[in-house]
This record gives sequence, structure tokens and C-alpha cells, in this order.
Amino acid sequence: MSDHSHAEKVHIVSYGQYFLIWLGLLALTIITVALGGIDLGDWVVITALTIASIKTMLVLNIFMHLKFEERMFRIFVLVAGITMAIFIILIFSDYAFY
Amino acid sequence: MSTQPTAANAVSHVHRDDTGSKLGMWLFLFTELILFGGLFIIYAVYRFNNGEAFHLAAKELDRLVGTVNTIILLTSSMTVAMSITAMQEGRKKFSMALVGITIVLAGAFLLNKYFEWGHKIEKGIYPKSPEMMNMPHGEILYFGLYYTMTGLHALHVIIGMTVLAVVMRQMSRGVINKDSYVRLESGALYWHLVDVIWIFLFPLFYLLH
Repeated sequence: MSDHSHAEKVHIVSYGQYFLIWLGLLALTIITVALGGIDLGDWVVITALTIASIKTMLVLNIFMHLKFEERMFRIFVLVAGITMAIFIILIFSDYAFY
Repeated sequence: MSTQPTAANAVSHVHRDDTGSKLGMWLFLFTELILFGGLFIIYAVYRFNNGEAFHLAAKELDRLVGTVNTIILLTSSMTVAMSITAMQEGRKKFSMALVGITIVLAGAFLLNKYFEWGHKIEKGIYPKSPEMMNMPHGEILYFGLYYTMTGLHALHVIIGMTVLAVVMRQMSRGVINKDSYVRLESGALYWHLVDVIWIFLFPLFYLLH
């Protein structure tokens, strides 16, 4: 582990960048609501969850500073995400194909 | 970590590990992920087995109210994120105002939720109501999950408001300041989690007709 002083680690995100991310999140919300009015059949759930995942990535990376933190944070989040994915995949392998 | 005294440590004379504090917060957030994740799995399995009923029941929900609440939460996430920038720049008053706005927006979210639930309860749709017990099995499951998941989320909104209120008080007293603001960061992290959970709740309950 390298020795960073507190001052070196500080990454200040500009107000403008937060505002842009907010605009992006709003745009994605409008898209997902608009798509809700169209009958996409089986794709409805997949598109809704894909858009929700993109929104989550934006919040995690910028709002929650994951992009600017030490690598360890991203590894932690990755492990948590994989754990959750294993839960979901195992449950569905039981329910979808019996 | 190196034990080399850094500028920040030398000034404050107290042991501080901001990275450790934030990592601890993230670990706590993972337990929240598992808590809500379990409920999302239950939702997924019930939906898989009762597709048609979930379809019909979702029509009861007001898409506009859900959309407005989504925008409110996304905006509150931005303001609390901006409050960190303001604190880093040493603009204490502005930073506090941004946290204040976040708390007000959280209140607006809850007010919306109150009217939404109230409207449903007026129509006789609430757990164990005669109206609900006469519904098809799948719709009972849908509304049960609706009340459980949005209710648990609303509880998190209330907790988040409390956390942010404490953070604001510590800001005013100078406990949280330009050189030491990890508590503000952790409070903000919690608030963003509340936002992320809603990002998934919203399409799953309001949009998938």
C-alpha cells in the first residue's frame, strides 16, 4: 500500500460534472418511462433492468466517488456484485428450468 | 498504510483513517444490498410464476407519482454529492444548504408516498383488507411485495434524513469541516444507496405493466 497523505487523495468533482450526470439520469428516467408505454414483450423487463443498471453505474461511479477512490473500493463492490449475481443465477437455474 | 506523519495528521493530532471509515460504510451498504437483494429475488420468482397477475396489479400504480418521486430522489442525490464539493472548497454555509435541500427533498418524497399509500388504502387495498383478500393469488403477492419493499425503502428514507440531519448539526458545530469531512461523505453514501434501491424499485413496480 502506497502512502498517500490526506491532501493528495482529495479529488474534487465539479458542480458541472454532477449536474451533467443528473441530466443523464433524468434522460434515462424519461427513456425508461417512455419505453413503458410500448409493448416490447419479453424485452420489457430486460430493457428496464438494463437502464436501471446504467443509472446505478452513474450513481456509483460519480455520485459515490467510486471512480476516484482507491482500487480496493472497486474490488469490494465487484465482489459484492458477483455474490448477488450468484444468488440470482442459482435461484433462477432452479425456477426457470425445472 | 505508512505511519509517516502526514500534514493532515500533524495538524489534528488524532489518529484518522478516512479510507478505513469509508470502506466500513461500503461494507455496511453491502449488508443493505443483501437485505433488499433477497426481496428482489422474491419479487423475481413471484413474478415469474404469476406474470399475468403482476401485469394487472401494476396498473393500479400511478406512473406519474412514481416518476415524480424518481426525479426527486435523483435530484437529492445530486445535491448531497455537491455538498461534498462545497465542503472541500471550504464553503460551509453552501454545503449545509445543500444538505438541507437534500433533507427537504427526502421529505417531499415521503409526502408523495404518504398520499400514494393513502389513496390505495382508501380504495381498500392494504394487507389483509377484504378487498385484497378477494383478489387473485398473484395480485395479493404483488401488493404484499409493494407494501413491504416500498415500506422498507421509505424507512430507509427516514433513516437517511436522520443521518443527514445529524451530519448537518456536526457541520454547523465544526465537527465536520474542510479538513475532516468523512462523516459527510459516509452520510452521502447512505443517501445514494437509498437512491439506487429506488432506481430498481421504480421500473419493477410502476413501469412493467
